Amino acid sequence: MSQSYNRGLIEDFSRWREFSAGMWAWIFHKFTGWVLVGYLFTHIAVLSTAIPAAGQEAAVLQAGDDVYTQTIVTLEELLLVRILEVGLLAVAVFHILNGTRLLLVDLGIGLESQDKSFYASLILTGAITVASVPTFIAGAF
Amino acid sequence: MSTQVPEQPEESTESAAETETQIPSKGDARREEKRRRAAERRAQKQAEEAERAAADEDTIELKVFRYDPEVEGKQEPRFDTFHVPFTKGMTVLDALMYARDTYDSSLTFRHSCRQAICGSDAMFVNGSQKLACKTQISELQEPIRVEPLPHAEVTKDLVIEMEHFYEQMHAVEPYFQTNELPDGELEEQRQSRENREKIKMSTRCIWCSACMSSCNIAAGDNEYLGPAAINKAYRFAMDEREGEDIKQKRLEIIEQEHGVWRCQTQFSCTEVCPKDIPLTEHIQELKREAVKNNLKFW
Ligand code: HEM
Ligand code: SF4
Ligand code: FES
Repeated sequence: MSQSYNRGLIEDFSRWREFSAGMWAWIFHKFTGWVLVGYLFTHIAVLSTAIPAAGQEAAVLQAGDDVYTQTIVTLEELLLVRILEVGLLAVAVFHILNGTRLLLVDLGIGLESQDKSFYASLILTGAITVASVPTFIAGAF
Repeated sequence: MSTQVPEQPEESTESAAETETQIPSKGDARREEKRRRAAERRAQKQAEEAERAAADEDTIELKVFRYDPEVEGKQEPRFDTFHVPFTKGMTVLDALMYARDTYDSSLTFRHSCRQAICGSDAMFVNGSQKLACKTQISELQEPIRVEPLPHAEVTKDLVIEMEHFYEQMHAVEPYFQTNELPDGELEEQRQSRENREKIKMSTRCIWCSACMSSCNIAAGDNEYLGPAAINKAYRFAMDEREGEDIKQKRLEIIEQEHGVWRCQTQFSCTEVCPKDIPLTEHIQELKREAVKNNLKFW
């Protein structure tokens, strides 16, 4: 595997204090990618354990008393879950926008404006996230 | 202010030993006295100069990294402050030279051409990789922090060990090779204008290692060829005069495990390169060349 220098006594000197746009984009992309993977598996785990609903009688399903519906309703009642959903949207939107930016970078398109496209991804993510808040938080209180 | 190694203890033991063994002659004593006075005068002049500079309106404050593993008393890294009178057009290198010549002759850094050609004075100025002779003081915020390039061993003060960087450069065989020679024995190997234009920027590298130092990936993976070496490979791989065979060889070098695929397009190298070489662009183009070379669907 790879190895790197250990500068011993002066290891901590001259570390970057200033990150540039591309470096932030890289960190954020890693972070959001792994958050999405984490969410995906939690999502599968939670919903698959609620599946017994499929075996319920029609009447129970009609009344909304089955495990699946109950699980969803309980989760959606929690304010924390609503807030996390906003966060998940932000993470997903940024990952998609910056992912598109990275694909363009891989194709060698618009490399001179790579920093601008990163800032644009951030601003767009922010705007979409803010716009989504009413929908996600509606009826949580 | 002065960073001369304190010599007191050494001197006293020496003179003690001297008095034990021999009584110094009158001449010796006089010369000794003269030397001492001269040193005093020098120290006083330096102190005055420093005081004057610190009081002056138009001075700049430099904080310079100091470290010397071979001298006791300097093994603990620290920052020294120097006040340098500002002159129009002054670069970071000018300021360092002033500090060295006026206050402390032990301040160590590399420099030679002073015009961004030799590539010996890349350093870490206010948190990013800069060529000291190409960086205007007027564009920097004070106090100006000058440190050795990150991610390389420090030999002394601002001098880093460049051997590893040179090894990576040599690994890509940075010289022209071809087995497609023109027919006539004395005929020139001509390059088309378009091809020259294509490799133009990549030929400008001055081997300063600023890019390598700025790269996150190179910091974590010592075997990674790094931006400068890959750019060097680009310079030759894209040169049509080398021919197909050599190009294959070049692609094999840059495709290896620690070659182009380590690059994560953070653009930090492109941002710091003092010669404005579009390093990321070149690395990306080589990645595409490598893919085209290996994937054949037709
Ligand atoms: C339209 C949707 C998406 C796009 C356009 C996209 C794009 C990308 C791209 C281009 C990369 C490579 C970055 C590089 O060059 O280094 C990447 C990495 C990654 N993506 Fe996505 N992605 C999307 C959705 C997802 C989803 C849904 C998940 C999780 C379930 C995910 C998880 C990851 C992870 C874990 C990485 C690797 C991060 C790392 O470097 O460690 N992505 N994505
Ligand atoms: S590519 Fe630019 S930053 Fe890197 S060594 Fe060459 S001149 Fe210096
Ligand atoms: S002194 Fe030669 S590049 Fe700066």
